[in-house]
Amino acid sequence: MEEKPKLKVTLLTGRTIEQGAGKERGKSSKDYVESVSVCFMDPEDMKKLGIKEGVNVQVSTAFGTVVVKAKKSLRAPHLGVIFIPYGPWANVVVDPETHGIGMPSFKGIPATVEPAPDKPVLGLEELLKAVFRKG
Amino acid sequence: MPVVKAVTCPVCGSLCDDIELTVENGRIVKVKNGCAMCEAKFLGYCGEHRVLKPMIRKNGELVKTTLKEAVRRAAEILAESNYPVLYGWSSTSCEAISVGIELAEEVGGVIDNTSVVCHGPSILSIQDVGIPSCTLGQIRHRADLIVYWGSNPWSAHPRHIERYTAFSEGRFEKSAWRSYVNKVKALVGKKKIQSAIKRLFVKKPLPVPPPVSEYKPYPSIAKEGRKLIVIDVRRTKSAEIADYFVKVEPNKDYELLQAFRALIRDQELEVDKVAGVPVEYLEEVADAMLSCDFGALFFGLGLTMSSGKLRNIDAALSLVRDLNMRTKFIIMPMRGHFNVTGANTVFTWQTGYPYAVDFSLGYPRYNPGETSVVDVLLRKESDAALIVASDPVSNFPRKAAEHLVENPLVVIDPHMNVTAQMADVLIPSAFVGIEASGTAYRMDHVPIPLKKVVDPPRGILPDEEILRRILAEVRKIKRKEAKA
Repeated sequence: MEEKPKLKVTLLTGRTIEQGAGKERGKSSKDYVESVSVCFMDPEDMKKLGIKEGVNVQVSTAFGTVVVKAKKSLRAPHLGVIFIPYGPWANVVVDPETHGIGMPSFKGIPATVEPAPDKPVLGLEELLKAVFRKG
Repeated sequence: MPVVKAVTCPVCGSLCDDIELTVENGRIVKVKNGCAMCEAKFLGYCGEHRVLKPMIRKNGELVKTTLKEAVRRAAEILAESNYPVLYGWSSTSCEAISVGIELAEEVGGVIDNTSVVCHGPSILSIQDVGIPSCTLGQIRHRADLIVYWGSNPWSAHPRHIERYTAFSEGRFEKSAWRSYVNKVKALVGKKKIQSAIKRLFVKKPLPVPPPVSEYKPYPSIAKEGRKLIVIDVRRTKSAEIADYFVKVEPNKDYELLQAFRALIRDQELEVDKVAGVPVEYLEEVADAMLSCDFGALFFGLGLTMSSGKLRNIDAALSLVRDLNMRTKFIIMPMRGHFNVTGANTVFTWQTGYPYAVDFSLGYPRYNPGETSVVDVLLRKESDAALIVASDPVSNFPRKAAEHLVENPLVVIDPHMNVTAQMADVLIPSAFVGIEASGTAYRMDHVPIPLKKVVDPPRGILPDEEILRRILAEVRKIKRKEAKA
């Protein structure tokens, strides 16, 4: 079997205006969920993985794995850097290490991305059930 | 229809206080002057995600209950626990935070606010190095150079640039908005010409344009008036409006800050690039910093969350201290939640410390890394939690959130957010700044009153009142225990 392409990247998480407005409308609103279960990638990186916009990708770090939807970054180039907005999806893969000062590492985390067209992006409730078994 | 003017927006740390709301039949129907987040909040606060009844978890399901019962159960959980965590506080009023700290002292827990996962490292550094700062009004009227480092105000503080910095019309400094519009027009014109050439010569091989350096400054840089520098790992919308954009490699901010420190002391760097940026370009940016009359550096979570954390802030504060040897420069963190500055302020009044305060020994102790909420959760030490006006299950790393959810969880929040869905006791509250009045601190430590614009839904109380009731109930339980 042909090996799936994988890409080593640096994961950043942060604020987007869609996430900011979505969170004010409600965390279970469609706007919010759609704005944070995505991963912005450089179009060149997407070519390397052989994927188009809207295809699901699996992002893995030493701390977890999550499936999100790939989106073309509006402001490329940023080869080797992917961006997931703050939210429950990003938090599955961010680094909890606080380095003794109380602050986890939300930015600049080594990660790998691979295409996962067969795997679904979990909805908010499914994700919470899968992670916390409560709710 | 009545229009309420000069309303303060309870969303981000900019606390814009010029919002105009049109109210019809007790509901807000129109928002004027607000950004996308402001509008979403004022128009969507009473949507389908609003919690209208207190709830308690029974057999794994959240079921409706009375407020009295919910308060009693919340008090029981807190009074019975040995080491509860009381977390959130940045999206409520200073008055409610004050009661929260009293409650933390009463139950002997750890009280922490959201600055622990945003500008906690900045506070640690400010305690070490000190901070030259001023109010945003000073910057609006006088600053001729603005730097945003590791921050994307266009998304996180959408009106910051327009109200306080580059695009604001100050008394002594004029808005740079017009030159930005001209720049955009020029870029659009250039693109149009290029596409026309493409259409005309489509069959002939196109002349290859010379590669444009990412670091070539726009011609407008020689302009008079305000200049804007953006330093970030990504080309954001904020970066696009900047006169200089410095794209730093992820986790290399510390090197870049120290390189700037060397450059403004006229030292030579013996490398070609620092953090992926050509030194020549850095020299140009350093020159712009030195040649201003009044500069302001705003920094965001790009510095506090990436490698180095508080040491990045040390370097940024030191850079500004160095710049003050040659010109006037101030520095300010871009605070996220509308009252996170107020949370730090009230915590400091009442306990002596701005966040991560531990009352388990009966007196306040402060040792971020030990008494900070993420560490307490990662070490699995807490045995209950009270979350007020915050959503840690959605914002904490998974491992920390897991321990929070495993233990009894009391949530006070107007919305059914992710943490509320995991709650064992959920008490709905009124929105501070919409349905309840109070005080909040802007990012420059200016206290601003929040208005009550409409009435809350029936039976819904403000955070402050709910916390007072829980506190009274906890005291009752403790008195009973003492007698027995």
